[in-house]
Amino acid sequence: MADETNDGQKDGQNKDRGEKPAGPNMAGDVGALLTGLKTTLSEAFKPVVTTMYPEDKTPRSERYRGRHYLRRYDNGLERCIGCELCAAACPVGCILVIAAENTDENRVSPGERYAKTYEINMLRCIFCGYCEDACPVQAIVLGPEYELSDTSREKFIYTKEKLLEPLPPDVQARLDTKDQPHRPASPGTSP
Amino acid sequence: MNDLYSNAIGHWVIVILAMGILLVVVLTATAYTVWFERVALGRIQRRPGPNRVGPFGLMQSAADGIKLAFKESFIPDKTDKLLFVIAPGIAVVAAFLAWVVIPIGLWYNVQYWIADVNVGILIIFAVSALNVYAIVIGGYASNNKYSLLGGLRSAAQLISYEMSLGLSLVPTFMIVGSLRLRDIVEYTVHWGLYTGPLPLVILTPVGFIIYLISAVAETNRAPFDLPEAEQELIGGFLTEYSGLKFVMYYLAEYVNMITVSALAALLFFGGWYLWVVPPVFAFLLKVVLFLFLYIWVRGTFPRLRYDMLMRLGWKVLLPLSIANVIVTGIVLVAVQG
Repeated sequence: MADETNDGQKDGQNKDRGEKPAGPNMAGDVGALLTGLKTTLSEAFKPVVTTMYPEDKTPRSERYRGRHYLRRYDNGLERCIGCELCAAACPVGCILVIAAENTDENRVSPGERYAKTYEINMLRCIFCGYCEDACPVQAIVLGPEYELSDTSREKFIYTKEKLLEPLPPDVQARLDTKDQPHRPASPGTSP
Repeated sequence: MNDLYSNAIGHWVIVILAMGILLVVVLTATAYTVWFERVALGRIQRRPGPNRVGPFGLMQSAADGIKLAFKESFIPDKTDKLLFVIAPGIAVVAAFLAWVVIPIGLWYNVQYWIADVNVGILIIFAVSALNVYAIVIGGYASNNKYSLLGGLRSAAQLISYEMSLGLSLVPTFMIVGSLRLRDIVEYTVHWGLYTGPLPLVILTPVGFIIYLISAVAETNRAPFDLPEAEQELIGGFLTEYSGLKFVMYYLAEYVNMITVSALAALLFFGGWYLWVVPPVFAFLLKVVLFLFLYIWVRGTFPRLRYDMLMRLGWKVLLPLSIANVIVTGIVLVAVQG
């Protein structure tokens, strides 16, 4: 290859000086062309590297930050205690939490309060995962789904019902291994 | 059939029918050439190419055609409206006219061609030379500097390469002694024990190579696609065209590509003669191989710089083709006496 390149340069210099190019240079140039043709043809018979996207997907990290989920305890109570730390931590302000008091007749979460409204604006969310970090009771986690396109702006406001959908099993398994709160429980949890 | 063919009206009915069939065949072939090119280029770049629309993406061209046909027929302001519309038409007409004289095969005494003209190859050159008008007029009428530059480049390029293209075939005519494509295909030699058809590439290999290079330049295909150079001329003469008018240019380019492939098969590789393969299929096989060569070359070589293009055309191919004519003449005189 190197020889051919040099021949090509010599050829050009000869032409600049007005001399006739020598025979071997011509052969070298043609050889370079044939090398190129051989390369492309051999590439054509190698397997394609494309991932057939909707059918095949590239593997994601175990800690991939996709859409959010609100979690429940095993007894069915919601984890969220309406403390709004996630909303405070959110750099783009896409989380809206309106808390309400738990009563004995209507107990939604084990704590003093629960989230009456919990909405995330997915158009604003930057999937930084700060809400997951901020949450004292591990109520909100970011799941693996990234195909979130939809047909209207309203559908991107994920409401509490949508966020409370059961987690994908692999995420559940990951969380089960480290389910202990990494911070001391906030005072609100102990009535 | 023969009675009908000798009847004056029946003759025309058959000819018009044949032209209709040919039109459909060439259009379909064009659509699948586009598909073939996209798949082959994809494989060279280790992509699968179109594979969504229909099995193996075979309906991709149809989908593209429908999409482009339903686009708004947009004519930019301050263009020369009449010429802007006429130019793509010239391209298509010129591309399809060449197929009138291209013989596809002779099978059980059925002639698969429309006209067997004794100056067939001249007609093809005359008609395909009209293609330059389509590009120059399209570039001029667009009233866009990039289009105009593309048109000018095309004019210079086609004039430069048309000469070596024509001269590269002269040795063929000298050997065969006829411009009729059927005579060239049916050229037979009597060499001692061997009597039969002979691919003319054996007798004029230099002419074949010059033809191959000039034909790529003649059809504005990569690596000689300077008139439409996307990177520097944002599409050249095609810049202002969209919708059906764009389709017409695109169609013309691919029909021209098939035409020069067919000519290469006819003039240098014995047309429909190939061992035991049935004639029409043999022709088809050769054309497909040449089309693959074109696509392969496109997938391999980068576009030439403008001065390289001119240097190759005027300083290499033209002298070489003239020398080829002279040498062939001398050899012919020496052999035939």
